[in-house]
Amino acid sequence: MNAPHSRRTFIAGTGALVVSFSLNRAFAQEGGAAAPKPPGPKLPGDLSKFPKMDSWIKLEADGRVTVFAGKAELGTGIKTAFTQCAAEELDVASSAITMITADTALTTDEGYTAGSHSMQDCGTAIRFAAADLRAILLELAATRLSLDAASLKSADGTITAADGRTVKYGELVEGLDQHRDVRAETGIKKSGTFAVIGKPMNRVDIPGKLTGGESYVQDMRPEGLLHARVVRPPAYGAKLAGIDTAAVEKLPGVVKVVRDGSFLAVVAEREDQAILAMHVLEDAARWNDTTALPKQSDIQSYLRALPSSATTILDRGTIGQPGVKALRATYSRPYKSHGSIGPSCAVALFDGGNLTVWSHGQGMFPLRSALSKLLSLAPEQVRCIHTQGSGCYGHNGADDSAADAALIARALPGRPIRVQLMREQEHGWEPFGPAMSAQASAAVDDSGKLIDWQYEVWSNTHNMRPGGAGNLLAGQLIEAAFKPDDPKPIPQPEGGGDRNSIPLYALPNARVISRFIPQMPIRISALRGLGAYLNVFAIESFMDEMADLAGTDPVEFRLKHLEDARARDVVTKAATEFGWQPNAKLPRGRGQGFAFARYKNLGAYCAVAMDVSVDRQTGIVKIGRVVAAVDSGEAVNHDGIRNQIEGAIVQSASWTTLEEVTFSDKEITSRDWSSYPILRFPDMPDSVDVHVIDRPDQPFLGTGEAGQGPTAAAIANAVQRATGVRMRDLPLNPARVKAAIGV
Amino acid sequence: MATITVNGKQVKVDAAPSTPLLYVLRNDLKLNGAKFGCGLGQCGACTVLVDKEPVYSCLTPISVLEGRQVTTIEGLGTREDPGPVQRAFIAEQAAQCGYCIPGMVMRTQALIEHKPHASESEIRDYMAPNLCRCGTQIRILRAIRRAMNEMRTASAEIAR
Ligand code: FES
Ligand code: FES
Repeated sequence: MNAPHSRRTFIAGTGALVVSFSLNRAFAQEGGAAAPKPPGPKLPGDLSKFPKMDSWIKLEADGRVTVFAGKAELGTGIKTAFTQCAAEELDVASSAITMITADTALTTDEGYTAGSHSMQDCGTAIRFAAADLRAILLELAATRLSLDAASLKSADGTITAADGRTVKYGELVEGLDQHRDVRAETGIKKSGTFAVIGKPMNRVDIPGKLTGGESYVQDMRPEGLLHARVVRPPAYGAKLAGIDTAAVEKLPGVVKVVRDGSFLAVVAEREDQAILAMHVLEDAARWNDTTALPKQSDIQSYLRALPSSATTILDRGTIGQPGVKALRATYSRPYKSHGSIGPSCAVALFDGGNLTVWSHGQGMFPLRSALSKLLSLAPEQVRCIHTQGSGCYGHNGADDSAADAALIARALPGRPIRVQLMREQEHGWEPFGPAMSAQASAAVDDSGKLIDWQYEVWSNTHNMRPGGAGNLLAGQLIEAAFKPDDPKPIPQPEGGGDRNSIPLYALPNARVISRFIPQMPIRISALRGLGAYLNVFAIESFMDEMADLAGTDPVEFRLKHLEDARARDVVTKAATEFGWQPNAKLPRGRGQGFAFARYKNLGAYCAVAMDVSVDRQTGIVKIGRVVAAVDSGEAVNHDGIRNQIEGAIVQSASWTTLEEVTFSDKEITSRDWSSYPILRFPDMPDSVDVHVIDRPDQPFLGTGEAGQGPTAAAIANAVQRATGVRMRDLPLNPARVKAAIGV
Repeated sequence: MATITVNGKQVKVDAAPSTPLLYVLRNDLKLNGAKFGCGLGQCGACTVLVDKEPVYSCLTPISVLEGRQVTTIEGLGTREDPGPVQRAFIAEQAAQCGYCIPGMVMRTQALIEHKPHASESEIRDYMAPNLCRCGTQIRILRAIRRAMNEMRTASAEIAR
């Protein structure tokens, strides 16, 4: 019963997404906690959790190489970067590599693909595993040729001796035990010798996506596929009071109505039939709805009045220094939607008591655990396979739709089920990025230096991911409902609501308090950057305010308080490339802004400079030229890093100038792109230039979330310089800008 | 039963006349390019060409397609032999998740056919119906300009 999944082939014939596999991967995955601790220093990256070589890489007799990543491709290009890591260290062509990502039957459990961890945790492990495999192959070849391993060269999957004899990697596979501990002491290549890392390499997934290839879970069409749609309640907590399904069941193509408590879905032969039936079902459903939501206009004071627990996460020197000038300010952000362009989707098959789910969620192992609880199955009876979806930017509806598909598939064993949410369901029911607020106060001394710094941030959790089945929407809706897990703060140094609430600046007297609010009136979870978005917005806006108070140029003011050399370098780089001029004289209505942060104080360094113009009539903030500098450690794929930062800047520009989840006293009211507008082409910045500062031989630093916070603050700082008005509550949308400048 | 012409081929589909083209393309014809994004005409993920005009396939019933030519991204080229707009997007690496990209490519195709000399602001206005959440727009704009240049050069060469 345990391992029927490893050779599943029912999906065969559908093309690109097929993985036919003959290895017993359970073998390669053992290790982890149960394995004897390897001697020597802690292994790098996630090798520390999974030290076996074949957990990460496997060489076949035909010379092909399979790389197993427990992290998933979320549209960030990570598959390409992993391929580069393996190709570099093993000396094989990229085309010889097959990448397998996040599959509970095939890869290690690297938890969630989140928090910009993929390169550090997984990329590092792949590099060391590939490097050690190459070292072993050289040793084997040396024995075979009776030569010294150091005299051999390797390239493109072939080992060559000085006398011209060659051995292909594949010839060495027989008798080679790849289920062995990786020797970290083998080490990895040094920069300067790279053929692949840091060199341009096009994304492996882009040609398929550009030519109608089968790229996404939405594109899966296994034999016998049925289409399903769910009916979501009208509001949080609403209970299905009654429904007559007779009319729906008679509709053309309808196969089944699935109901369990307040969970309601319909399955049909055709997708359009499922959608029609869903609408009829919606009309037929009667709901008891008693939930009352707080008033949206008062949400910040509402949240701050809720019980919270305070943790002092920084306490340095003696606070309360009066200085010569002081300031206090409060900043806030509303709830924000992930707003994936493709509503969440999953395919599930329940067959012979086993469940297989194809999902674009960020954590296949946590999803497996939650689904096994939801369906009362043993974890071994559930296989979750990551399959790409539309970009998610955190915990969107992906896990929910996986649970929907699983429940529906159980009701129709033997038939694969594809369910995709409708736009209104994705927008209305996704777990939003939490609303937050922060209060900052500071003082400068007569030398213009920050002598006092106090900061408090109020936030819900930023992590309601499954884990428990109650964190899946379906788990809350079924008759035997599961309770959501108790919300927990994510501890420092990464932090959740307090992520990046400790400034990187050298502050002699500083205190930072994190106030955690357990109660959540609106469904929330992780959105790209978590609390860093608000905290960097607040700190970097406040740094500008303090710079003005001290009468110092804002870039100079930052440098005056930065000791970290790499931080100084990105600030200087962005300012120089932008052509930053202190007190630049710009026409009325235009201003320039600057901001900087090191993501989580552990990840990539990023500085952003830009100019904006503000239309006084409409209140529209239009971003002109943007220049960013980023230091992500050793850069594996420069264009991949630029793409991520460009995307972060544009996305954050949209969050910052437009976005706000809206709700009435009963329900979420921002349910599509007209009630939740995002930036469109005419509103795009004139240009975005990203400069990558490469740090050869330095560890990888996560990049994906580094740009959001600095962009938000740079916009607000530029708006202040364009209008003379400091805006501290997000978003800086036209209505608020007009109100703030008094037109 | 309805007959439609997709990428130059006539096909019979067994679907109700009111069925939106998107579902026929994706499910009956197994063409992955056009994507479901909103079903509301708000995002452009489903954009295809009907007689060279960009349309939202999520809102276009197959009943209106009699005698018209539907073109999807699959009709512009293949992985082995991509068309000029596809090539330009690949050259600029203009995708993150890529979900919005087929719609972008189709609208770009129409833009270049209608306005081969479009200015930057005309390009942006023309592309306004299509959303991208990954923030790839800056690269998409680069890809559009590249495709425009290449297609202009190519047609100039043909003219010579
Ligand atoms: S799916 Fe057709 S416009 Fe959004
Ligand atoms: S590339 Fe992801 S939505 Fe555009």
